[in-house]
Amino acid sequence: MIINLPIFLSEEKKYWSELEAGINALEKSPEKRMTIEQTKQFHYLYRRTSADLAKVRTFASEPDILRYLESLTSRAYCEIHETRKRPHRISPLHWLFVTFPQTVRHYKRTFVLSVLIMVAGFAFGGLAVSFDSEARDAIIPFANLLGDPSDRVKEEESVTDDRLKGIKMRGASFYMTHNTKVAVATMVMGITWGVGTVIMLFYNGAMLGAVTLDYVIAGQSEFLMAWLSPHGVVEIPAILLAGQAGLILAGALIGWGQRISLRQRMRQISNDLLTIIFGVALMLVWAGIIEAFISQYHEPVIPYAFKISFAGIELLLLTLYFLKSGGDHGPK
Amino acid sequence: MGRNDVTAPGRKNTLTIKTPEGVEFRMLLAGPLTRALAWGIDFLCICAASIILNNVLMLTGIVSRDFFQALYVISFFLFSAGYGITTEWFWRGQTIGKKLFRLRVVDVYGLKLQFSQVLIRNLMRIIDSLPALYLVGGLSCIINRHSQRLGDFAANTAVIRNPKINEPDLDQLLSGKYNSLREYPLLAARLRQRVSPAEAKIALQALVRRNELNPESRVGLFREVASHFHSKVMFPEEATHGITDEQYLRNIVDILYHSKPQTGIQ
Repeated sequence: MIINLPIFLSEEKKYWSELEAGINALEKSPEKRMTIEQTKQFHYLYRRTSADLAKVRTFASEPDILRYLESLTSRAYCEIHETRKRPHRISPLHWLFVTFPQTVRHYKRTFVLSVLIMVAGFAFGGLAVSFDSEARDAIIPFANLLGDPSDRVKEEESVTDDRLKGIKMRGASFYMTHNTKVAVATMVMGITWGVGTVIMLFYNGAMLGAVTLDYVIAGQSEFLMAWLSPHGVVEIPAILLAGQAGLILAGALIGWGQRISLRQRMRQISNDLLTIIFGVALMLVWAGIIEAFISQYHEPVIPYAFKISFAGIELLLLTLYFLKSGGDHGPK
Repeated sequence: MGRNDVTAPGRKNTLTIKTPEGVEFRMLLAGPLTRALAWGIDFLCICAASIILNNVLMLTGIVSRDFFQALYVISFFLFSAGYGITTEWFWRGQTIGKKLFRLRVVDVYGLKLQFSQVLIRNLMRIIDSLPALYLVGGLSCIINRHSQRLGDFAANTAVIRNPKINEPDLDQLLSGKYNSLREYPLLAARLRQRVSPAEAKIALQALVRRNELNPESRVGLFREVASHFHSKVMFPEEATHGITDEQYLRNIVDILYHSKPQTGIQ
């Protein structure tokens, strides 16, 4: 059988046009809801166009009609069969106070694993420095941290004016972008079945452990707390969350005990990864500002008590935020 | 949920999606080389934009050099990281480079491209670009049966190619001009009966694509196809006298695709 193309076109074109108009309207306003009658009609048009596509493919040979029908069918198909949440108007406050903390809590076991890996790295770095002073040079990559901590504290505390005047903003922008890159790298390394993420978390923990032990052994614990904690109480959890995202990605890739396919597992986590990495970026913007404007100033310019208290308040608020925020909106 | 040919072994150059209604649609996958060229264009766009950005933001240096440097660092970071994300999201899977090479990012299930997919495939560039010049991503593209780099794999996306197809002039093909073969309705009916859809397809395609052929090939091709249809049904000599092979084929197509004489496509 060969289709009589002109008759076929004249009979079917109106249905294709109606379907195309419907798809255009849905694509333009994704939040639009159809009535039952409209939905039935849309589904009818989709099935009719699908049947036309099958006919054209089997009984005719007109590449443009075929391409047009394939395009219509695929567009209608993705409107009908898409089961993920439709994009809605962005609600930043809802996202910040409900979606982000709920997503983090939803994967709390992965977060705990991320913390444990970093703590293991911290312990390794600390032990390495306490047993072998040369290990410090190997673990800590920053030249300004390789000198004697007591000498550094003495030098920093001798400054009484604004030594960072004219470079603070540049410093903040550097901290924000650099830390965001590290966080993103920690997350995407999850694609290596989590090995890369584990290495990133462990290494960051080891660096932190080495610096901490170095300053504690030198008797400069207060300086260390005042220096690292104002930005660290936000920056370190941000890296832990990036590690959590990397481990979620690795978990989906490995798929232990899950019956759904790899592609479906990846589909399931993609929105959560997006939420976590955006949250992490926001936290690192805050941490970058604090690091440039507060952390790098020491006594007598800013009293240690103020810096440590400030860090304490930040930590308390952050903890409350992740534990409680969005809790009254039901489970994720 | 439709299924695609992910279970089929070997490397494919098409992404086939089969809907629950049993209808298939195919998309041509883009190869690593085309994708690399598109990326090269995007890279040049980012470089050009960063130069413009630098010159524009330099004006803020009059107020504060520190502010200018901070603004430049953040703007460059946002632009270089956000270029692919923004363009692919707002242009439905295309960047400037992809537009030029007629490429598009699509969901592997044929569903809507989500923002999270766009973001993940672009963030994954950190790994795909390792150790240099997208070596990891390139190798992954070559190995993967759907030419996916790691970012595409994680985001469930694929990059397809939409080659430009010239619009066929169907009005001219099936215009309802005088067709001498129609003077013999019995033979015309026999022709419709004997010709298979695949053979009709060949005749129609020969006419649709005639302008893509050089004159010698065109004459040779129409002679060959016309002689095939001569062997199917022999029309009297007065019906075919003085008409070229191409016109003969045009008349054949008119009979095959018009069961009754028409005055043109509506």
